[in-house]
Amino acid sequence: MTRDEIKDVILEIIEDIDEDAEFDNLDADAPLRDQLDLDSMDFLDIVMELRKRYQLQIPEDEYPELASLTSCVNYLEPKLKDA
Amino acid sequence: MQRPDSERIVITGVGLAAPGASSLQEFRANLLAGKSGVSTLDLRYMGVHPAGLCSFNETKYRKKRENKRGTRAGCIGVYCANEALADAGLGEDDYDRAATGVYLGLTEHGTVETENEVYNISQFDYNVDYWTHHHNPRTVLNNPAGEITMNLGITGPHYSIGAACAAGNAALIQGVQMLRLGEVDLALCGGISECTGSFGIFASFKSQGALAEHPDPTRASRPFDMERNGIVISEGGCVFTLERLDRALARGAKVYGEIAGYGMNSDAKDFVLPHGPRQQQCMELALKRAGMTPAEITIINTHATGTRQGDVEECAAIRATFGDHPVWVNNTKSHIGHAMGAAGVLELAANLPSFSDHLVHPTINLDQLDPDCALEGLVSGQPRQLDRVGAILNNSFGMLGINSVVIVKSFMAN
Repeated sequence: MTRDEIKDVILEIIEDIDEDAEFDNLDADAPLRDQLDLDSMDFLDIVMELRKRYQLQIPEDEYPELASLTSCVNYLEPKLKDA
Repeated sequence: MQRPDSERIVITGVGLAAPGASSLQEFRANLLAGKSGVSTLDLRYMGVHPAGLCSFNETKYRKKRENKRGTRAGCIGVYCANEALADAGLGEDDYDRAATGVYLGLTEHGTVETENEVYNISQFDYNVDYWTHHHNPRTVLNNPAGEITMNLGITGPHYSIGAACAAGNAALIQGVQMLRLGEVDLALCGGISECTGSFGIFASFKSQGALAEHPDPTRASRPFDMERNGIVISEGGCVFTLERLDRALARGAKVYGEIAGYGMNSDAKDFVLPHGPRQQQCMELALKRAGMTPAEITIINTHATGTRQGDVEECAAIRATFGDHPVWVNNTKSHIGHAMGAAGVLELAANLPSFSDHLVHPTINLDQLDPDCALEGLVSGQPRQLDRVGAILNNSFGMLGINSVVIVKSFMAN
């Protein structure tokens, strides 16, 4: 997957959690939780959805890698290069 | 035996979701028209069966994302609680949320969520890494009541009353007791059922030979009829606002009726089979607490679910309790099926309008009355117009032999 495709997947998963999520003014480098109405359970939903879609097992100590949209893409790019 | 107004408990608001109705007005209109709310459900592993399903505005009081995170029971509960408060004229600034209790009757909870999650991991070779982190908050027994408190910002107590199919009445009784104890000033109490989501509940009734079948689903729920063959499983909910009379009068609340008395007891006998003599004792206990005689009851709303023995046992108990006293008898499950934990309260709500319209809603699907269920005042097919309705006795019984009776009387100020 390309970086843009990974970004779209993340936004799609968030939209599935909260259909009212607004992405227009999203700062890709700032924490998602500061900009969107997401709590820790929503965050675990993102982790679970990545596991279901791509059999990705993300260790708990690596959860901080998913903080912002850019860090998500950076972290997932090598893992999803063949997806 | 007149209590002071500070100990008299009245119903001031009703919110409900029933098969075929999402308000008391709609529900009552269906009942008087003899219109069944039962349809069919194609359920995992079970195929198509008659079932009572609710249609209401699920996003009227909370967002879709909250419905996805929570449970069906929570979704129904939030709708019913908000509707009850609105009906009671209680806006968000009109009541003390720290002095409000939420007491919900549940037959069971967590069955649907657990079945869904087992199915989910079956798609991943039973790898529990795919088991949802939402499982525990969804399945704790206080879930539906807790979802209501989160939605409304209520900080008083909330919990569930587990009392099988007597749970709705049991929660109502809990509300009465907590108000009388002064623990709360407002009680949101009632019952909820999401059990149409559980194949296991259908399968268990089927294995027991107690799951209703009929080519026409609207005719499947037929208590007291010779051709009855079991229970129609329904989802639903009903929440009442209960208040002490002095406070209700002080704020000019409308009063649907006064909880005159109640009784609860146990058969101490069998896991599933009901026991008429203990049901009789329960009705007598409620009458005694109400300080009323059988002659003062106008309507008995029966629990009868459409099983062979259950209906007969209850009719025998009613005969034994009421003797020759004339009393009108009806059954709400014939219209909506068995809403389990919500049954007692939905069925009470079904009859509350009788205090103002003086009609007894009919029992439907009663084509050939079982002689063992023949009760003198059984209202069948058409509503019965009366001059006055003084009191309603509401029966609700459940598995493991739990019996509950609530008597509501027409409200009369001193």
